[in-house]
Amino acid sequence: MDWFLQQLINGLALGAIYALIALGYTMVYGVLRFINFAHSDVLMLGAFAAYYLAPPVASALGTASVPTALVVIILSAAICAVIGMTIEFLAYRPLRQRPRLTVLITAIGVSLFIEFTGQHEKVFGAATKPFPTLLPKKEIIVGALRCSSNDLVVVGLTAVLLAAMWFIVQRTKVGMAMRAVSFNEQAASLMGVNVNAIISFTFAIGSALAAIGGIFYSMRAPGIEPLMGVQPGLRAFIAAVLGGIGNLPGAALGGLVLGLIETFFGGMPGLSDYRDGIAFALLILILLFRPAGLLGKLQTEKV
Amino acid sequence: MRGKEKIFLLLAIIAAMGVSCASASFNRYYLGVAIDVGINIILAVSLNLINGHTGQFSLGHAGFMAVGGYVAAKITLVWGSALPAGAQPFLFAGALLVGGIVAALAGLAVGVPSLRLRGDYLAIVTLGFGEIIRVIFQTSDYFGAATGLTGIAKLTNFGWAWGLAAVTVYVVASLVNSTYGRGFIAVHDDEIAASAMGINPVRYKVTAFVVGAFFAGIAGGLYAHHKAVLSPGGFDFIKSIEIVVMVILGGMGRTAGVIFAAVILTILPELLRGVAEYRMIIYSLLIIGLMLTRPQGLFTFGKKGTAS
Repeated sequence: MDWFLQQLINGLALGAIYALIALGYTMVYGVLRFINFAHSDVLMLGAFAAYYLAPPVASALGTASVPTALVVIILSAAICAVIGMTIEFLAYRPLRQRPRLTVLITAIGVSLFIEFTGQHEKVFGAATKPFPTLLPKKEIIVGALRCSSNDLVVVGLTAVLLAAMWFIVQRTKVGMAMRAVSFNEQAASLMGVNVNAIISFTFAIGSALAAIGGIFYSMRAPGIEPLMGVQPGLRAFIAAVLGGIGNLPGAALGGLVLGLIETFFGGMPGLSDYRDGIAFALLILILLFRPAGLLGKLQTEKV
Repeated sequence: MRGKEKIFLLLAIIAAMGVSCASASFNRYYLGVAIDVGINIILAVSLNLINGHTGQFSLGHAGFMAVGGYVAAKITLVWGSALPAGAQPFLFAGALLVGGIVAALAGLAVGVPSLRLRGDYLAIVTLGFGEIIRVIFQTSDYFGAATGLTGIAKLTNFGWAWGLAAVTVYVVASLVNSTYGRGFIAVHDDEIAASAMGINPVRYKVTAFVVGAFFAGIAGGLYAHHKAVLSPGGFDFIKSIEIVVMVILGGMGRTAGVIFAAVILTILPELLRGVAEYRMIIYSLLIIGLMLTRPQGLFTFGKKGTAS
């Protein structure tokens, strides 16, 4: 029982990070109908932004304090928001009317570009760097359960961010415009929605969330390097599809399910080696029974 | 028309064999790259059947390649020492064939779930399948776990690689150009209209996956016996992406273009070795640049006619 609860805590913390990253995939898919492969690299850039920002901010606001963490996270998120908008403007916007596959390959190109540029010694270098401590870390022990204060912060902040996303999309004018663009881009533009601005905004939000997810991920990882985004990015992508791509609550749910699966199988002796395979196998099983994901609605194609 | 194609196939195989006999006089490095090109042609042309002609989106081609490579390598590793030198080419051919058949079975396993899925969902299932294959090989001690298989006999030569590339091109082109094969293009163009015309999209999709996977398996076998080592890391998602990029740059569903793209994308990284540290950066910028300027494929001129 203790083992079960312990894995549950770990799984929730990991799942919350996946959920944050998956939101970015799903939002971009919602407005542009393509999978933004560069998302996982924006996540990596967020972690590196925090890596370079942490020392100067810490010297001003104190090492491992809550204000430092907040400032670093907000600044990194802002940097990544700008990067995300730039990528969209330079690489995806000229291809707006082209087949989706073209955009998909461009996204793969952008992803490779960021990864290989990052690995160049004059940029970040390929070596793993230790991630700075952003938050004071405490072990909270209840009975036989142990839980890091970082995990609690991650789960709490993720919940807040998810609620904020829901509010933006469902209760604000920008969100209404986003839903309109997602529903029918042409009709939305005829109704006076500035489609380009909305798509830029979507990229900004998605990339900011990716940056925050990347920082949280780095806080648990042994270190950061230019290819660190690939694995969590892939998981988050699975999570987004699992929940039904284009669906915000679906992305959150998918992230949690994936995080839980990963920690439960990772914790079982004998199965831990198969952890990655099992996540995919379950995804395939779920898609066989629900071809549009857990929360997605299957659309019948009309002639 | 059909007779002409057969003659071309025969000529291509003879040419490949002929060049292969003279291979001792070539620079080993160039020869190695040339074999890589042949293997990549097989991979790209077979993926083109799935992604280009039939319009499915598979991101798991490296998985099929891994199946074929591991199975073929294991066969020659186990029986290779027991047979006399003269029987080695036959063993190799058998190993390639078995590798291809096992890969085709894997293709069947992916093709069947794909009946219900389309677009991005299919892409992720094939991607997931490729990763599952990799994890299985990575954890199986029989296949060398994380270190992979080493000491594989170097049986692949220019003749094998280019001869089989010619066979692949011939089979895929004549399959698509046959009466039966028009169904692939019909499924690609409009699945609903195709099924209204009495074409069973399910059968065509599964056929495309099985045939594509078979040749990917053969390419994997050639690759294993060319590099002499196999490691699960070599068959990751990036490898699948490389093949997809070849198909797209060549122009989806255009065999000739895809062959050119496979040649260029294999040679390009080698040419860029001089600027090794910028090599992959230039490669990725080229992909972006080409997609922005020539999204229909590098070698696509005029309107799409027949599928060859």
